[in-house]
Amino acid sequence: MGDQQSTNRAGTATFDVDKLTDLARRLRREVLEMTTEAGSGHPSSSFSAVEVLSALYFGGVLQYDPKNPHWPDRDRFILSKGHAAPILYAVLAEAGYFPKSELDTLRKLGSPLEGHPNMRRLAGVEASTGSLGQGLSIGLGHALAARSASRRYNVYVMMGDGEIEEGQVWEAAMAAANLKAGNLTAIVDNNGFQQTTAVSHLTNPSMYAEKWRAFGWKTVEINGHDLTEAHDALVEATNYDDGPFAIVAHTIKGKGLHFMETDFTWHGRAVPKKQLQEVLEEIG
Amino acid sequence: MNLGTTVGLSMGKATRDAFGEALRAIGADRPDLFVVDGDVGNSTRTEWFAQDHPDRFFNVGIAESNLVSVAAGLAASGKTVVAASFAAFLLCNAFDQIRMGVAFPHLNVKLVGSHAGISIGEDGPSQMGIEDVGLACAFPGFTVVVPSDEFQTRAAVHALLDFDGPAYLRVGRPAVPKIYDENTHFELGKAVTVRDGSDVTLIANGIMVAAALDAAEQLSGQGVSARVLDMHTVKPIDEDAIVAAARETSGIVVAEEHLHHGGLGSAVAMTVASKQPCPMRFVDLSDAYATSGDADALLEHFGLTGEHVARAAQELLGR
Repeated sequence: MGDQQSTNRAGTATFDVDKLTDLARRLRREVLEMTTEAGSGHPSSSFSAVEVLSALYFGGVLQYDPKNPHWPDRDRFILSKGHAAPILYAVLAEAGYFPKSELDTLRKLGSPLEGHPNMRRLAGVEASTGSLGQGLSIGLGHALAARSASRRYNVYVMMGDGEIEEGQVWEAAMAAANLKAGNLTAIVDNNGFQQTTAVSHLTNPSMYAEKWRAFGWKTVEINGHDLTEAHDALVEATNYDDGPFAIVAHTIKGKGLHFMETDFTWHGRAVPKKQLQEVLEEIG
Repeated sequence: MNLGTTVGLSMGKATRDAFGEALRAIGADRPDLFVVDGDVGNSTRTEWFAQDHPDRFFNVGIAESNLVSVAAGLAASGKTVVAASFAAFLLCNAFDQIRMGVAFPHLNVKLVGSHAGISIGEDGPSQMGIEDVGLACAFPGFTVVVPSDEFQTRAAVHALLDFDGPAYLRVGRPAVPKIYDENTHFELGKAVTVRDGSDVTLIANGIMVAAALDAAEQLSGQGVSARVLDMHTVKPIDEDAIVAAARETSGIVVAEEHLHHGGLGSAVAMTVASKQPCPMRFVDLSDAYATSGDADALLEHFGLTGEHVARAAQELLGR
C-alpha cells in the first residue's frame, strides 16, 4: 500500500460531503458515549474539532495506513490540544487503527486510550501531548526529518485558541517560517473558550490570522464546521510548498449540543449517564 | 585550572571541545545523526558538526523549549538527535519539553548541556548549570553522564550515540586536566577505579575527579590510602562499585560540581542507604548559588578543591 499511497497527493481522493456529514454525527455520538462511560474527559473540546478532523482523515487529505502505522512516508497528524483525545480516538478507530469496541475503555486502567494521547501505547498517535504548546515544535521536527531523507509527507498540527497563549507556539512559528517548512500545517481550533473563561478575555482572537501572517505563515480563515471549507483549506495547505501554512478554523466549543455551546463550564466534564440518551437524540 | 596540580596531571582540552570533535567525526559515519542548536553552536561546539554536515544541523533560534520539542519530532521520525545548549537553559528552560517530548515517549534524543558548573567563571550564576544533573536524573529512563576529561568525553559521546534512548551529557567550558589517554575504556554505568585504596573512597565526576586525585595524593602523605572512583554515569549508577567501596573502606566522600540536592551525592547515598550503609561526606555546592569570578578563585571559595575533599575524608575518618 505504501508505495502506491506515496504518490496519491491530497485532493485526489473522493470528497463526499454527505458521507462526511453522517460520519461527523457518528463521531460526536462516539465521543459522548465514551466520555460518559469514562465519567470524565473533554467532549466539548472534541466537538469543535469534528469537521476539520473528518475532512483531514476521511476527505482524502491525510495519507496513512493503519496496517503500517510507522510507514516512513505517512503524513503525520499531531493533536497538540491533547485534551481533545476523545475525538482523536474516535477518528483513529474509524480509520481502522483499533476496534471501535475499545472506545469504551477510555481512561480506564490498562487501556491505551489514556486521558491524553500517549504515542507509546496507541498506534496512530504521533506525539504524546497534554502539556499545551508543544505540538507545533514536535511537528516541525517531523517536518524537518522529511527534508534530508528526501521523503515527501506532510505534517498537520491542531492547536486550541487558548493553547496559543503558550509562548513556545510562537517560537515554533518563527522557526518554521525561517526554515521554510513547506510540509507543515498548523490548524488553530478557534472555539472561543478555554478552561475558565472566554479566550477573548485573555487574548485577541480576531487578530489570530494576522498574527500567523506576521510570523511568515500563509494563512486562511475558515468556518471550521463547514466540511467543504475545511477540506478545501487542507488541500490548499497540503499543496502549498513555499513555507508553513496556517488554518484558523472558527469553531464552536461543544458544537452540536446547545447546552454545551453556551456554557464553557462543560470544559473537562462528561455528560452524566442519565442524560446521555436525551443528548444523543439531539445529535441524531 | 589548578585542579590536578597536586597529583601532577597535565592540562587537556575542555570537555565541550571533545564533545564537538567527537560529534563532527561521528556525523561523517552516521547519516541518521541530526543536531539541533539554540543559537549557541559556537559555545557548545556543535558548530563543528554544522560545518561538515549543514543539511543535518538546525539552529532554531534562542528558544530552548522549541529546541527540545523539535529534537523530539526528529527522533519520533527515526533520527538520532543531539540537542545542545547551555546546561542551565536546556534543563531549566525546557524541563517540561524534555518531560513530554523526550522522557515520557522515551525517544532517542541526547541532550547535551555545556557550561555546566561554576567553573565557567566570570559570566556568573545565571549562566551556571548547577541544578542540571538533579533535574536530568528526575526523568524516568534517562541515562545521565558527567565525564571528567576530553578522552572520557569522546568515549561517552560514542557510547551515548550507540544506544537507543534518552540521555543527558554534561560538559564544561574550561580546559581541564587529563585523567586518561586515548586508550581509556569507557562503559556506561560502570565506574572507573582511577586510583585504588583501602581506607576511604572518594567518588567524583566531572572536574572533581582531578580534585579527588589531588586529595588522594595529599591523604597518602598523611598515611591514608584513598580509593578514587570516577562515577561518570550518575544514572543508572554503578551500585556494585559503591557497595564494594562501602564494604571495603571506612566510608565514602562524594565530590561534584553541583548543588547538594539531587546530584551524584544523592544517587550514591541512595545506594549506600539501601544496600550497604556506611559513613558519608559530601563536597559540593551546598544549597546556594555562586557568584562571578575567576574559575580557580570560585572553586577555592566555594570549597571544590582537593584540599576540601581531603579534609572531608579526614573528618569522616575521625582524624
